[in-house]
Amino acid sequence: MGKLLAARFVRLLATLFAVTLVSFFMVVLLPGDPAVAILGQDGVQNPELLQQVQDELGLNDPLHVRYGDWLGKAVRGDLGDSYTNRGQSVADTIADRVPVTAQLAFMAILIAVIFAVPLGVIGAYKQGRWPDKATSASAQVALSVPNFITGIFFIWLFAVKLNLLPASNWNRMSNGLGANLKTAIMPATALALTQMAIFSRLVRSDMIATLQENYILAARAKGMSDRFILFRHALRPSSLSLMTIVGINFGALLGGTVVIETLFAIPGLGFRLINAISQRDIQVIQGITVFIAVVYVVINTIVDLLYIAIDPRIRRK
Amino acid sequence: MTTTGSGDSKVEFPRDRLSPISTEADFTVNVVAAGEKPRRQSFFKIFLTMSLMVKLAALWLIFIVGLALYAKLDTAVFNGALPLQDPNFQTNNFDPSTGEFGTGERLEKPSGQHWLGTDAIARDSFARIAHGSWVSLIVALVAASFGLIVGGFLGALVGYVRGWTETVVMWAIDVILAFPALVLLLAMVSIFRVRSLFIISLVIGVLSIPAYTRVARANSLAISNREFVTAARAIGTSRTKILFREIIPNVMPTLISYAMVAAAFVVVVEGTLSFLGLSVQLPQSTWGNMINQARSDIKVDVWQVIYPSLALTFSVLSLNQVGDFFQKRRSVRDSAI
Repeated sequence: MGKLLAARFVRLLATLFAVTLVSFFMVVLLPGDPAVAILGQDGVQNPELLQQVQDELGLNDPLHVRYGDWLGKAVRGDLGDSYTNRGQSVADTIADRVPVTAQLAFMAILIAVIFAVPLGVIGAYKQGRWPDKATSASAQVALSVPNFITGIFFIWLFAVKLNLLPASNWNRMSNGLGANLKTAIMPATALALTQMAIFSRLVRSDMIATLQENYILAARAKGMSDRFILFRHALRPSSLSLMTIVGINFGALLGGTVVIETLFAIPGLGFRLINAISQRDIQVIQGITVFIAVVYVVINTIVDLLYIAIDPRIRRK
Repeated sequence: MTTTGSGDSKVEFPRDRLSPISTEADFTVNVVAAGEKPRRQSFFKIFLTMSLMVKLAALWLIFIVGLALYAKLDTAVFNGALPLQDPNFQTNNFDPSTGEFGTGERLEKPSGQHWLGTDAIARDSFARIAHGSWVSLIVALVAASFGLIVGGFLGALVGYVRGWTETVVMWAIDVILAFPALVLLLAMVSIFRVRSLFIISLVIGVLSIPAYTRVARANSLAISNREFVTAARAIGTSRTKILFREIIPNVMPTLISYAMVAAAFVVVVEGTLSFLGLSVQLPQSTWGNMINQARSDIKVDVWQVIYPSLALTFSVLSLNQVGDFFQKRRSVRDSAI
């Protein structure tokens, strides 16, 4: 166990190192001089000023020195300042926006799991009959509809036609939970739909496998009700791979909210990333990319370890 | 026994000895012996075995591919002489030669002249969807070729050779997969100031390689342990020859059925990029940018959002359905052998 943990930790560090390397060099390779981007016309007309800013940013140092400086600062939580909004620290921007994105991702996963588990269980229980066919077919469709189309459909139905929910004007949690949930429910559900399809398929196939086990037969022979067997005996061993996928997809959703945040004008990480891309604000693009990638890698590692901790069969190996 | 001539390395194995192998991605392996031509069924015969849903899906895909080729032919070869409207012509524009404004209107309802009506600046929506399907088609094809050729070769190679090559390649792949796909794609796309169809296809193509490599490697690992590979080694076949004549021919069919499912994902990704305004530049129409442009008029006319959305959703659904069909067909055949 200790050896396994150590190996996993070394791999985590190696991957994190590589991720920062990729993020750094991708941006270094960008055409254009950041100093010119900061100074604008002033820089073109005033070479001395340009030189000064280039020195300040360390743009004339060799690449490995620049990477070392950048990484050293990044580890301490300093991702530099935005080039276009001068004086705005990238780390502050991220800290400001993470709660919004995290809330969306969390709500989406929660909604998805709440609906997916019963649907998957029903699918497995009624395998091959119409409830199974209906849920499988809907899952197929849900998997094929891109989430921005779902989002637009929701806006059209709930904001335009029924006038029930606002299509934009995000309310922060500090404006009251009710107001916050009212703006969050539509984007979160739009995000949840794809996840719901993935999860319910997974629960269904794992459940079908579990229901073949002898202990299920034994429980049935004891005369336990089907519902009790399904939810108390069969669900837990069938939810291991669900847990893995939930963990991994939570990480992926942190990046995947980009479209939904743009559609609903939600001030989260993704929306900021899109803004930064259109303004070519390199520091912000780099900061957000590396932040999301690091979170994603760390979450995946945690999920792996949890999986080992929970499933005794893997632990023994 | 020598290895000169193609016939010598051919190892015949009784078909009943082959059992399906389930791999990482649940894509099963159907073995083709070196030099053997797999029996080909005509597409029409396969088509007849499809369920109604899959038949419709296949027909839709054929329709979209036809539409894309027709639209491209119209602009590239015939200079717009074919009966399809100019996708970028604003029908309400001022025409200097006649001194009058066009008779078209914005957000027209479908009619004989404009099959799917007109968009927010009075352009023909059907023509725009047709030209949009060309973008989706090209992106999907380029991504699949990159995946099959580069990813397929890399995966087959490292699954067979193993050792440090495998460690290095798979680690690099893990690093790329450590980024959420869309975020890495956005970051890479933002590098380019001018985003042509070529650039977009290239970026999506390169980012498709890791997933294909994984599937190919898993299959290659399984195949490398099979009797016919051992047999080929025993008669002294060179490693390169084994790779190209035994491993890759057996990895490819599996990878091709994976390509359909992957193409569905690629079409969604391109749609997302276009929707965010970061794919092929305007005025080139794509399904994603049509949806994005039409959504500001959603209160007036929701149909202009619906048409491209349906085109996109049906195509993704169809690719998934047909992909699943071929995948199931392979595994059924394998277990029947």
